[in-house]
Amino acid sequence: MSESAADPRYAPVAPPKKAVKLSWSDPVFRGIVWQVVIIGAVIGIVWYLASNTASNLASRHIATGFDFLSRVAGIPIGEHPIAYEPSVNSFGRALWIGVLNTLQVSVIGIILATLLGTMIGIARLSRNWLLARLAMTYVEVIRDIPLLLHLFFWYGIVQTLPAPRMALHPMPGVFLSNRGIRFAELVWEPAHTGALLALLVGIVLMVFVSQRATKMQEGTGLRPAIWPAGLGALVALPLAVWAIMGAPFEWETPVLRGFNFQGGGTFSPEFGALLIGLVIYTAGYIAEIVRSGIQAVPHGQVEAAGALGLRPALVLRKIVLPQALRVIIPPMTSQFLNLTKNSSLAVAIGFQDFVSIANTTLNQTGQAIEVIALIMLVYLSISLSISLFMNWYNKRIALVER
Amino acid sequence: MQFRFAGALVAGALLSLSATAAFAQSGSATIDAIIKRGQLVCGVAGNTAGLSLPDSQGVMRGLDADHCRTVAAAILGDASKIKFAPVTTQARFTALQAGEVDMLYRSTTWTLGREGLLGTEFASITFYDGTGFLVKKAGGVKSAKEMDGATICVQPGSTTELAIADYYRVNNMKFTPILIQDLSELQGAFESGRCDAYSTDASALAGYRFAKGDKANDYVLLPEIISKEPLGGMVRKGDDKFFDLVRWTYFAGLIAEEHGITSKNIDSFMTSTDPEVRRFMGLEGDMGKALGVDNKFAYNIVKQVGNFGEIWDRNITSMGVPRGINNLWNKGGLHYAPPMR
Repeated sequence: MSESAADPRYAPVAPPKKAVKLSWSDPVFRGIVWQVVIIGAVIGIVWYLASNTASNLASRHIATGFDFLSRVAGIPIGEHPIAYEPSVNSFGRALWIGVLNTLQVSVIGIILATLLGTMIGIARLSRNWLLARLAMTYVEVIRDIPLLLHLFFWYGIVQTLPAPRMALHPMPGVFLSNRGIRFAELVWEPAHTGALLALLVGIVLMVFVSQRATKMQEGTGLRPAIWPAGLGALVALPLAVWAIMGAPFEWETPVLRGFNFQGGGTFSPEFGALLIGLVIYTAGYIAEIVRSGIQAVPHGQVEAAGALGLRPALVLRKIVLPQALRVIIPPMTSQFLNLTKNSSLAVAIGFQDFVSIANTTLNQTGQAIEVIALIMLVYLSISLSISLFMNWYNKRIALVER
Repeated sequence: MQFRFAGALVAGALLSLSATAAFAQSGSATIDAIIKRGQLVCGVAGNTAGLSLPDSQGVMRGLDADHCRTVAAAILGDASKIKFAPVTTQARFTALQAGEVDMLYRSTTWTLGREGLLGTEFASITFYDGTGFLVKKAGGVKSAKEMDGATICVQPGSTTELAIADYYRVNNMKFTPILIQDLSELQGAFESGRCDAYSTDASALAGYRFAKGDKANDYVLLPEIISKEPLGGMVRKGDDKFFDLVRWTYFAGLIAEEHGITSKNIDSFMTSTDPEVRRFMGLEGDMGKALGVDNKFAYNIVKQVGNFGEIWDRNITSMGVPRGINNLWNKGGLHYAPPMR
């Protein structure tokens, strides 16, 4: 009497399939026909464009193909994070250096712009009248000036710094001149790599410790102090590793020789002007996004949190920001993508990012179509990566509503 | 209704065919396009004193500009039927390949790579130049060999950056390049002291220094010329008749200077008995028709623009650049024209 599963009347049965009639009155048939026609048209157009381009290039004796990537470049590059020699390395390596330069500016720019923009956005909501007005003026003025003018302005300011022979010397080891900022650089030894790895291990440990502390808080209501564990994992452990591996602490200071300083690390004026211009410009937009996100949280939430006895800092961190982030993150993604693409304006002030090096490659090899396709591919990859990461983060912090 | 439409279609097709047939006589697509358009579109720099720079009335002056005008005079009979299209160093080849300009006289160096890979060829060398360095006298640098570790301002997409990289490698020195596309921004960076030296073709450097007026003595052109830079006219591959025409407008200027024919005294040569002069003036032979243009093409060139020496004197001599290797072959220079026969 209890075998309801064996009763055939209750077994799941698929609905009967309708045969597709080969007639225009059948919507399924119509759908198939239209799809075939449209796909055929798209393929036809793409085929025509590609073959037309190829035959035009051939008839004008313009070289095609990507062989130029392995040809010796010969073009000099001012700033290269990896080793590069014009008469030895290929165009492929030169373009890769361009990608690295672009990533360098984009990543540092995104981090700094987010920090500055968030601070200004929160400042605009402050109860201090002067602070709020200053933030508003900043946003309104900065947003109205085109980015190219920002870059020219900062590049002009950087050029007014004195020549290397009369460089400013604010701190021991730091020299400011119109050739850039030169600072003393730590001579990197294996002990430092070990200390860095120990720091990473310490961060992972701290994540686990903090998760355990949260579980204990949820269970008993009391949160154990984790600062001793933090001190041990993040400070004592790397120091111990560094001390065990020899404790090297050599600094390479820049020395003025001939035309310029030799040795030490350097930030070129082009990189500095580009970074400052991009960060200040994008921060103006990010400030407004942050402000709108915070204002999107209903005031009732803040009042309820206050009624529970939470301090303002905790209210912001635990109540307002989690709800505000849902509104903030999608437009923030757009701003990050804007910053990455705007870095291509570097070509106007002499910083060799990817577009600048690709333009020079285009000019020296004459292969416009291949190089432009590469530029599109690189920017598409960078933008899609940023976009994917932000969408994942957005999903992760999304509040699950009942 | 349908017959009328079809009739109009047929008539229109016949008309356009006959129109193109009337134009399609020189056998060259570029020459036909120029005649149909009624003016030559010549790509120039538009920002280099002595080579191509608009004067205070907006008229383009310079060596490259005048050589463009000679081609317009040869094809259209009027040197003023010309449109100058300023192109940057990075866009110049794409502009020529795509057909936006008919030809380039844009301080472009003749190299193997450019002839083999870009689908273009060089029809003439109007200026045998070289890469030089301009420094500020206050820096105290007297020779290019003292420039180890220097920062050099140069335009991207030129043979200059390649030549400097090669020179520094050969001499085991290091340099930092500052590559800015816009010429005035680049020169501004040099002026402000961002770079120790400014490098491009020595003729352009001389023009830049000359344009400074009484401040010219604050700048020093270093004595080393580190590469060969033969500058000339560039045309697209595949149009042989246009290539021949551009080449022979250059040769016509040289032949005129060899015979002492100038824009001022050319009419007195109408009564000359020298056979080559008579062929040059179009009185005998069919020199112009052989190239696909009017027989008086050489006469028009010299009368309206001048011979090669006049063009040079008008634009370059005032900058203090001596003729040197840019003189005629029988005066110790490299310019040599085949006979017009």
